[in-house]
Amino acid sequence: MMNQDLKAHINEALKKGVRLDGRKKEEYRKIEITTGVIATAEGSALVKCGDTEVIAGVKLGIGEPYPDSPDEGVLIVGSELLPLSNPEFETGPPSIDAIEVARVIDRGIREGKTINTKKLCIEKGECVWTVMIDVLPLNYDGNLIDIGGIAALAALKDAKMLEVNDNKVVYGKRTKQSLPIMSMPVPVTILKIGDNLIVDPTEAEEAVLDARLTVSILEDGTLCALQKGGDASLSVKDINEMINLAVKKSQDIRRKIYEAL
Amino acid sequence: MESRYNKRLDGRGFEETRPIIARAGVINKADGSAMFRIGRTTAYAAVYGPRELHPKHLQDPKKGVLRCNYNMMPFSAEERVRPGPSRRSREISMVTEKALLPVVNLEDYPNAVVDVFIELIETDAGSRCAGICAASIALADAGIIMKDMVAAVSTGVIDHRIVIDLDGDEEHLADLDVADIPIAMIPSTEEITLLQMDGKASKEELFRAIEMVKPVLKRIAEVQRKALKEKYKG
Repeated sequence: MMNQDLKAHINEALKKGVRLDGRKKEEYRKIEITTGVIATAEGSALVKCGDTEVIAGVKLGIGEPYPDSPDEGVLIVGSELLPLSNPEFETGPPSIDAIEVARVIDRGIREGKTINTKKLCIEKGECVWTVMIDVLPLNYDGNLIDIGGIAALAALKDAKMLEVNDNKVVYGKRTKQSLPIMSMPVPVTILKIGDNLIVDPTEAEEAVLDARLTVSILEDGTLCALQKGGDASLSVKDINEMINLAVKKSQDIRRKIYEAL
Repeated sequence: MESRYNKRLDGRGFEETRPIIARAGVINKADGSAMFRIGRTTAYAAVYGPRELHPKHLQDPKKGVLRCNYNMMPFSAEERVRPGPSRRSREISMVTEKALLPVVNLEDYPNAVVDVFIELIETDAGSRCAGICAASIALADAGIIMKDMVAAVSTGVIDHRIVIDLDGDEEHLADLDVADIPIAMIPSTEEITLLQMDGKASKEELFRAIEMVKPVLKRIAEVQRKALKEKYKG
């Protein structure tokens, strides 16, 4: 929903360095991370950031590997914009927006080599572990990729392997062994509204964005995934500034995730 | 008749529910919302509306439409639940709607829809009843005009023994006959708005179960009201 008056208002305020909720341009809302919230999940996390509240759950299964990676486990990330979480969301199959959220979170985790998938091979070419992460908003007020990405990482860190009997999963029989986690690729989305760059947008700010860039960043500052969104183009200078800001912010967020675990 | 089920697996009394937690107003974006937890079964409900109903041909100029949607999150059960509606979830959405309809004054909302979205984040049996309890609080929280609460709990007959609020282990008892009987009731009138049964029970056992569940549902309705009062006490 594009509202020209709202856009003009947000823009005018941003020129003075003010946001609707009083934050600075580079300021996140307060992030709270709680892990182990779902007993039926192998790993789970609830992340609150302002009015946005996202729950991520990890389920494990055993399946066939992909033919091009016969000795690697399979990673699947799913997301849905639940109509429970916002009046704008509707029932039905996942919308393109939900698909983008899932794919961008997936890309960060996959390309950041978060999970050592080789260690999830049970029998080469026959059976491997499947790691299914579902990221769902309970309350949606913007920034689902970042908050959902944080929730997914925390849930993966929280996850425990299951017992296996005759190449079949024994549900409910959790072992003490964690998933083979090798990295923490933190996704940070930067929004461009007019000439301003902001982080952690609310729903209202997302509604008036010109362009956005999601950057997934590893511990040492290496980038492992990018996604540009929005209708407006970005200059090389814009992209440079956005990535610098994202790298800076990723360090705070990574610290928050480690504190919570 | 003698029962071989003389002690509950988790040590509860036969008429005792698992611990209940209820909260109103948990989803800021919704017009009304609630969380209802019984044991480990946790339901969230959000109400949006009354709002315009689309497509328009579904609109009724005489009264509003109540539309319920029950969904289990993929990680809410031991085996991952495939996202999207299933035959089971569609049936539960339908019976949830019927369970709530008698208390909602839809005549006040012509051409409109009141949407109720129920999400189960974790389940251990009794999820439709938890969903109905959460939805009922959420409708009241949204200011929808209602005649009363609807309270619901699953009742069961395990080898001729009436038990209240079956948990997952009890539902799956292998050597004993288990009947699962979810019941929803309008506490003030004792009218039943949801009644289903899976499993075997005699007619006499069914009526004993209904009698036994009445005071339990009245207590649950108190918990629901308390959740609302907590939110609005100022």
